[in-house]
Amino acid sequence: MEKWQNNRAWFLVLPVFLVVAFSAIIPLMTVVNYSVQDILAPGQRVFVGPEWYREILHDARLHEALWRQIIYSFTVLLIEVPLGIGVALTLPKKGWGVSACLVLLALPLLIPWNVVGTIWVVFSRPDIGLAGVTLNEILRIPYNFTANPIHSWVTVMIMDVWHWTPLVILLCYAGLQAIPEAYYQAAKIDGASRWAVFRFIQLPKMRGVLLIALLLRFMDSFMIYTEPFVLTGGGPGNSTTFLSQYLTKMAVGQFDLGPAAAFSLIYFLIILLFSYIFYTVITSYDKGEAK
Amino acid sequence: MARINLNDIAHSYRPKPKGPEDYALKRIDNVWDDGGAYALLGPSGCGKTTLLNIISGLLVPSEGKVLFNGQDVTGLPPEKRNIAQVFQFPVLYDTMTVFENLAFPLKNRGVDAASMTKRVHEVADALDLTPFLTKKASGLAADAKQKISLGRGLVRSDVAAILFDEPLTVIDPHLKWQLRRKLKEIHDRFNLTLIYVTHDQVEAMTFADQVVVMFEGEIVQTGSPQDLFENPEHTFVGYFIGSPGMNLLPVALEGDAARINGVSVSLDPAYAEKARKAGGKLELGIRPVYASLTDAPAKNSVKGRVEVVADQGDSKIVTVRLGEQAFRCKAPEGARIPEDVCYVSFPPEKTKLYSNGKLIK
Repeated sequence: MEKWQNNRAWFLVLPVFLVVAFSAIIPLMTVVNYSVQDILAPGQRVFVGPEWYREILHDARLHEALWRQIIYSFTVLLIEVPLGIGVALTLPKKGWGVSACLVLLALPLLIPWNVVGTIWVVFSRPDIGLAGVTLNEILRIPYNFTANPIHSWVTVMIMDVWHWTPLVILLCYAGLQAIPEAYYQAAKIDGASRWAVFRFIQLPKMRGVLLIALLLRFMDSFMIYTEPFVLTGGGPGNSTTFLSQYLTKMAVGQFDLGPAAAFSLIYFLIILLFSYIFYTVITSYDKGEAK
Repeated sequence: MARINLNDIAHSYRPKPKGPEDYALKRIDNVWDDGGAYALLGPSGCGKTTLLNIISGLLVPSEGKVLFNGQDVTGLPPEKRNIAQVFQFPVLYDTMTVFENLAFPLKNRGVDAASMTKRVHEVADALDLTPFLTKKASGLAADAKQKISLGRGLVRSDVAAILFDEPLTVIDPHLKWQLRRKLKEIHDRFNLTLIYVTHDQVEAMTFADQVVVMFEGEIVQTGSPQDLFENPEHTFVGYFIGSPGMNLLPVALEGDAARINGVSVSLDPAYAEKARKAGGKLELGIRPVYASLTDAPAKNSVKGRVEVVADQGDSKIVTVRLGEQAFRCKAPEGARIPEDVCYVSFPPEKTKLYSNGKLIK
């Protein structure tokens, strides 16, 4: 058969190219565009080059928000991942308990994010909230998340743990369920302890889902906006103002589109960088094994 | 070293079994001699794996006792029994090297480092795994992985029996032979009791000194491969062992003869008498290789029609229609096969009678 030579196959990638262009490339390029211009009025703009980037990188309040964000994300990961693994290990493996547990666990994931914030506002209020009243009136611990920065931090974190640990649990549970029974039987015959079973069977077999859990939880917590916005509004002071809240203030509150665009791009790059590091660390461990 | 006795073992996976249909294992009472190579043969779902898990301690039987050298171990967990088990799919500790994998059972039992290293090297040597010792176990081929699973059983000096649960399922055919030979070699070298579960009769026959055939939760026969072929004690054994399996024809007794297809096949009078006493549903069984075909009627022959002749290279499998029944003969390669009408003769010494599936002796 004669070979049929032309470049028509390129047309086959066109739909994908269009979708990606409209969903990612064009919006992103708009942001890039804004980040290098000073927009004085509609139709009146000046090219300022890297000026906004320079300004943003030297913005002390942004540095504070970034540190706050990093500490927040890592603390939340350190709590949610081990807790998620722990709970997944104790869940029943079969029977009616499985579906009961899974439904209960999935509930927080089904609640809209601003409702989660509202629930926790009501729950924590020192005057009417169950937690607030219990702490203040019964346990006699002075607690006020709207006035005390430490209290507001702890409240936001507990809310995040309550909201998102179920995701880690569900992923880990799926990973655990995929381990064939023979592994546990072999471990029994080999006389392995409970810890050894976890260390050498369950943890290695969960590595794939843990990577996904880690990435999802990192990205989501690093971009957290709605819940603290509803719960604390970023306060007291700036104590719970995370990056996206600061960004929103800048872009929507003050209408500084140039700096906000530059900020967005830097924000995006930071998330990309951390995700890349997580991914490389975990998958390189994988490759080490295949030798 | 251990002799394993199963005393009246029965097992049901249901908490409150009612009838016999609730039992995965129906009553098993047998002895596995020390140092024997056994194959446990049977179709899928006949209870082979259940029986194996009861011996290794992964399952506690609903009824009966397991004795190792006369000592009751029924309630003991697997790690307290001197038993190792190799599963259908290789089970490895992925993050460990081959050495660490092999050393794992010893480490868990607190064996000191020097004797552990020595023992692991011995076993690795026996299994040809020495070149891989420092490699990660997860990157190896399926046969090497399965050898590691076996090695984890062999390293324990206290192990008296190794149980195999269809261990060659995931191995390429040409490596199966090699691995089976390796198993034989290991059996001779370490003098262990091997119990090998399979549903492949060739595998069972080439591997084992004694083949134990299971059917619907019961052991129907234990014997050497030759025994199973010559004297199947149950119609299932006759049909399951040999290719093609035994011909089984429903018959009625008439005096000292069995009536097939309107024709009588005369039997030994004493044997016919026993069959009459046994009663029940009677079947006549004969191996295809022992039934001969002729174009003319002979003594003890039944008329039939040749339907299909399949040439196997070294022999011919002839399908003959005897009334309602399809009947198979295995004729030597050079033999003349009648074109259409033929006569099948039944040599009395090779013709067996079964009552309700069981051999009449």
